[in-house]
Amino acid sequence: MLIGKPPDIPSSAITSKHKYLNRRRFLRGALSTAVVAGASGAAIERAAEVLSPRTAVHADTKLDTIKSPLSTTGEQLTSLEDITHYNNFYEFGVDKGDPAQNAGVLPTRPWTVKVDGLVKQPKTFDIEALLKLRPLEERIYRHRCVEAWSMVVPWVGYSLSEFIKACDPLSKAKYVQFLSYYNHKVEKWASESTIYWPYSEGLRMDEAMNPLALLTFGLYGEVLPNQDGAPIRIVLPWKYGFKSAKSIVEVRFLDKQPPTTWNDMAANEYGFYSNVNPNVDHPRWSQKTERRIGLPFYAQRRQTLMFNGYGEQVASLYTGMDLKRNY
Amino acid sequence: MNRSTIILLKSLTWAACLWPLALLVYGAVTNTLGADPTAKITFTTGYTTLLLLILSLGVTPVRSLSPRLSWLVRFRRLLGLFAFFYGTLHLLTYVALYAGFDIHAMLADIEKRRFITMGVIAWLLLVPLAATSTNWSIRKLGGKRWNRLHKLVYLAAICGVIHYWWQVKPGVLSPLRLTIVLAVLLFARPVLAYIQRRKNPVTA
Repeated sequence: MLIGKPPDIPSSAITSKHKYLNRRRFLRGALSTAVVAGASGAAIERAAEVLSPRTAVHADTKLDTIKSPLSTTGEQLTSLEDITHYNNFYEFGVDKGDPAQNAGVLPTRPWTVKVDGLVKQPKTFDIEALLKLRPLEERIYRHRCVEAWSMVVPWVGYSLSEFIKACDPLSKAKYVQFLSYYNHKVEKWASESTIYWPYSEGLRMDEAMNPLALLTFGLYGEVLPNQDGAPIRIVLPWKYGFKSAKSIVEVRFLDKQPPTTWNDMAANEYGFYSNVNPNVDHPRWSQKTERRIGLPFYAQRRQTLMFNGYGEQVASLYTGMDLKRNY
Repeated sequence: MNRSTIILLKSLTWAACLWPLALLVYGAVTNTLGADPTAKITFTTGYTTLLLLILSLGVTPVRSLSPRLSWLVRFRRLLGLFAFFYGTLHLLTYVALYAGFDIHAMLADIEKRRFITMGVIAWLLLVPLAATSTNWSIRKLGGKRWNRLHKLVYLAAICGVIHYWWQVKPGVLSPLRLTIVLAVLLFARPVLAYIQRRKNPVTA
């Protein structure tokens, strides 16, 4: 006798997330070949959206979010597939696809963030407490990599300034440093490069207090996939992507500029500020344009905007500074 | 090695050499080149160029291991020409998808960016080799001169590998494998020549 009714749809018939996303890409491709010339990439995207809407991608790791006025509008979101399979996270390998394959071993629970340096009282925050510190907002940001590619990502988090207030830094604190998780037994791929681990990034205090700086816990309404910096990272949409430290375990408040990983590796290529700036080239390539991820090769190229288009909110942080010298 | 086996092997070599391009064309048509198609096309064409150059450089050392491998030399030209073909595709990818056919941008890049300068030098070194790849050219130039000219392929491969190192971020070791293979092939020549001389000191 059967106890309980079998589900109407056998689980074998449910399209996997992966297949579903692949189908979207195939559809996009089929459409783009069908129209051949004339149609813009955006129109193809819209047509694909109508035929195969982006709905059922949310799993059981959903985060409740509220809307934010700081969210960017008028941009086509990069697909979850691309955001989670095109990553620079060198602790898990240097190829773009490596983190998606390898980051599963990152132990994201239990997780704490140690706060020390120039603070009233050093303390340790548990990730669950940080998730509840402020309401989580959805913030769509353009994401511009120093390698001249870009995405549009719907992040989930709240302003870093809220967290910094909870840290009680002393007024002497002029800089804040972020250290990423590192364990050479877990991140075996870290030796693929000669980088000195753990990954370190830093900001001037006023930059960190800018409301655009986001303490980030999720994307696409779900908790961060490991390869995108789970369980907690920062996102600084007006700076090149490498400034946005992932999988943060320690935050230090300092009176001096902290050493930062890529700046240490090659100071002439990666400045401490690293604000997105189309007028200052990387020594090895131009930063005037960028390739938008997820579009066909003939539609990828677009102009790079000063401060990645966030000048209205952040330009005042740098008044009087020579941005060519302080790249 | 009889004629029909050579024809079969040549056809297989053609198919293998065209395979990376076929994958790119299929990917472009179905839009399955991954998240960053431009980067994928650039990397595939560049990497295939270096791989084929190194394979063509491997022919002579491998052949000298045994007289029974002498037929391998009949594949060297094919590999070399395909290397030039992919190198040209790689260059065109840069011209179209990076520089947007803007001649001023290209000249500025060549002047300012040493990895681009080095890549262009590597390609320019391959041009006279591709141009003199016919039997007619060999006859016209004479074996000795032709051989001397085609030694440039070593320089082209070295420039190509330097181009690769200068393109990746400092500290990233991805070009290491190809570099080691090229280094082994470069050292193999004098070592094999030395062994040959010890074996029959009368000749040469």
